[in-house]
Amino acid sequence: MSAMLKLEVDGREVEVPPGSTVMDAATQLGIFVPHFCYHKKLSIAANCRMCLVHVEKAPKPLPACATPATEGMKVWTQSAQAKQAQNGVMELLLINHPLDCPICDQGGECQLQDIAVGYGASESRYTEPKRVVMHKSMGALISAEEMTRCIHCTRCVRFGQEIAGVMELGMIGRGEHSEIVAFVGKSVDSELSGNMIDICPVGALTSKPFRYSARTWELSRRKSVAPHDSLGSNLIVQSKGSTVMRVVPLENEDLNECWISDRDRFSYEGLNAPDRLTQPMIRQGGTLKEVDWQTALEHAAKLLSDVRDQHGAAALGLLASPQSTLEELHLAQQLMRGLGSENIDFRLRQRDFSADGKRSGIPWLGMKVADIGRLDRVLIIGSYLRKDHPLLANRFRQAAKRNQEVNLVHVASDDPLIKLKTKLVVAPSDLPAALSRIVAAVAELKKLPRPAGITNLAIDEPSRAIAGSLVSGGSTAIFLGSTAEQHPEAARLHALAQEIALLCGAKVGFFGTAANSVGGYLANCVPGGAKGLNARAMLEAPRKAYVLLNLEPELDCHDPAAAMRAVKSADCVVALSSFRTRATEYAQVLLPVAPFTETSGSFVNTEGIRQSFNAVVKPLGEARPAWKVLRVLANNLGIPGFDFDSSESVRDVACRTADIPARLDNGISGIDLATAAGANQPASNALERIADVPIYFADAIVRRAESLQQTKDSREPRATMSPATAAKLGLSSGDSVRVRQGDGEAVVVLNLDEELPQNCVRLATAHPACSGLGPMFGEVSVERAG
Amino acid sequence: MIQSIRDFFRGFLLLELLQGLALTGSYLFRRKLTVRYPEEKAPLSPRFRGLHALRRYPNGEERCIGCKLCEAVCPAQAITIETAQREDGTRRTTRYDIDMTKCIYCGFCEESCPVDSIVETAIYEYHGETRGDLHYTKEMLLAVGDRYEESIARDRAKDSAYR
Repeated sequence: MSAMLKLEVDGREVEVPPGSTVMDAATQLGIFVPHFCYHKKLSIAANCRMCLVHVEKAPKPLPACATPATEGMKVWTQSAQAKQAQNGVMELLLINHPLDCPICDQGGECQLQDIAVGYGASESRYTEPKRVVMHKSMGALISAEEMTRCIHCTRCVRFGQEIAGVMELGMIGRGEHSEIVAFVGKSVDSELSGNMIDICPVGALTSKPFRYSARTWELSRRKSVAPHDSLGSNLIVQSKGSTVMRVVPLENEDLNECWISDRDRFSYEGLNAPDRLTQPMIRQGGTLKEVDWQTALEHAAKLLSDVRDQHGAAALGLLASPQSTLEELHLAQQLMRGLGSENIDFRLRQRDFSADGKRSGIPWLGMKVADIGRLDRVLIIGSYLRKDHPLLANRFRQAAKRNQEVNLVHVASDDPLIKLKTKLVVAPSDLPAALSRIVAAVAELKKLPRPAGITNLAIDEPSRAIAGSLVSGGSTAIFLGSTAEQHPEAARLHALAQEIALLCGAKVGFFGTAANSVGGYLANCVPGGAKGLNARAMLEAPRKAYVLLNLEPELDCHDPAAAMRAVKSADCVVALSSFRTRATEYAQVLLPVAPFTETSGSFVNTEGIRQSFNAVVKPLGEARPAWKVLRVLANNLGIPGFDFDSSESVRDVACRTADIPARLDNGISGIDLATAAGANQPASNALERIADVPIYFADAIVRRAESLQQTKDSREPRATMSPATAAKLGLSSGDSVRVRQGDGEAVVVLNLDEELPQNCVRLATAHPACSGLGPMFGEVSVERAG
Repeated sequence: MIQSIRDFFRGFLLLELLQGLALTGSYLFRRKLTVRYPEEKAPLSPRFRGLHALRRYPNGEERCIGCKLCEAVCPAQAITIETAQREDGTRRTTRYDIDMTKCIYCGFCEESCPVDSIVETAIYEYHGETRGDLHYTKEMLLAVGDRYEESIARDRAKDSAYR
């Protein structure tokens, strides 16, 4: 490390590392230099000129954000020269800024307002007409109605280019004619676009769902944790009365930095959706009736114990959403075990459970999230990274700009907006073989023997390229995404990833599919013993009674058709849900439980950090926190061990923070690596389905978030296939096609994608239009509709 | 000794009483200061702070833009506002309530209003028979404004030179 630079700011000495700017030095001393365009996470533009400071021997003031600190430099931020410069810039910026603060949503949290008070003149000398900029259309999330307010700091432009990875906004024109615009006819569709609202220093870009609904000073703020992905982004939930008004990021450099995804930001609209369940309901004589809590809980307890008495405890099953809190998952499994059943699972979209009992611990990221940026070589297997983990994708995006080589093996061609070294798109059934080839290639490069089971495999060019990249770096990691976890041969993919890791000294990690994909294991919400049935077995061999926790079976399960058949054939379904889901068709008891803003709880994210949060607002209507509901239900059933008086006491029984690291391990053993020839190959004329979970259909809350449902990512799902496959079937782009899978079918529009593997159809799951279809990966047939 | 004799005669001759009666009697012939309310009313300053009103522009459009500055500045927290976007895209209140039982008539709301919408009128003769009667809603406040717009505007005009 080269020597530190010593300089003086406002007469105080400070030492900064070489490469720092005057702004960094001032920040280190706690001296505030007014600025608009400078943002610590974005590149330096120095175009607002607000941070001009007086530097010794410089004839004119210099911008602090773009002036490198040098040895012996003397800087004054408050001298007459600096002040004159700041006043001048402020006056210039205010020339064209409208005086509409009273109706501006940024009012009260506006940098321009604040800095104008501190550094501006009290009166304007400008009497000429102000310029007017036409409003812009930027999609359902960002309101750009008042672009006259823009001061051209270009933070939003730089955010798009540098953080979101796609330039969706740009600046056209010069001088007074400068305007921020989106591309002609395009909206801003990035999954991180909401951050532009935060970084806009004025009210030019504001939140559309929040528009005009409240003022910043009347909102109360509570910390919370995002429930929609496995990162556990830290949130500040702002509420007025008993309504959540908006969600903004809470800075946490280890997880979400200062960003959050649009899914975390705008999902709050789903919390008070019109179909919120606010009163317990029971089915009597075929119709659902609203009843009080006591009646509902007693009825549920009676139904469950009746089924157990008549059919035995094994006839009961618990399906819990991995979005539930640790406390809920713990109590739910304890309730089911108290009833004598081991049929417990939270891994609803998983297909292959053969790794159970063969894993050495709980699958997790394998490292800290912050360490992703320090990896040299990465192989990502089967992940819709941008849509499943918008902020993890950002970590890779930033690292790939430096020296990280990212390789992707996936079943779909989605652009992760990351600079990829190698991208390999294969059919789902070919995924194990593709990984085997990479194992063989790595073994060849390392001059090590191939592991048993993959001896006779020809190595192709992409595998060699990926292997070459993986063995060339210092620290390497292999990550398995949601497709790899949901794949019918997930255990083999895991084992193959481990082989690659062993050969090139890499780490293995799982991105995790939901907020509590690690927490579910910690809460032991998985089948136990030899007879315990997993999520798949419970639905394929229907139980007599189900307890569903925060779950919509037709949207949240790997095989929606089987899930619906199972719950509809059951004698008794007790659904704990925040919403009036389709459970109203089949459930005997519907218990309204509180979503994450209305209950206290914890999520364990994919790096194994347990984050607890408190309720932000009171539960809506008669809804109650699920941990309380489960406690009373267990008391009614006479199950001991439920004497909890707070969610903290449940949490500390479920898992202690200190115990978590020891339980996390991505090791796996005893899996046969050999791919039987043609084992997963569908019949020659059948098509293979590739299913993704659309970003805004991932869970019950986002599915009901109105603005997110109007975005491009929430369009009606389309069937996508390669042009060759379509030609073989005599179909062309834009045709309406009928996709059949098992007994179910869906009529959708056909899209063509050249990069998609042959004989595959990509069609989303988790969308109501596709809820009649079967497994996410399996045989489907496609024909022209109508 | 001399002093006590003087005091005795002064008391004996009721001099102090007569002095008092003379003062009282003098008022009998001066100009009367009492006002025969309600037949007569005292003059009011154009700055008088009485019942609140919400004003409109001459074209009938309500002035209030829902900036909530009055709600924020109100020391008694008597104002409750809810806002939303109206169909034409403007920022408007969906609720504007003033609880007159909380209000201390300080006039800060009027002071803070950027569009001269909320004003305190010269009306002080209003009452409620129940607590709820003094809970003024947006419609009631607008109605007050409509009814007394002329006098409100006159008062503002008179005071404008000093603002």
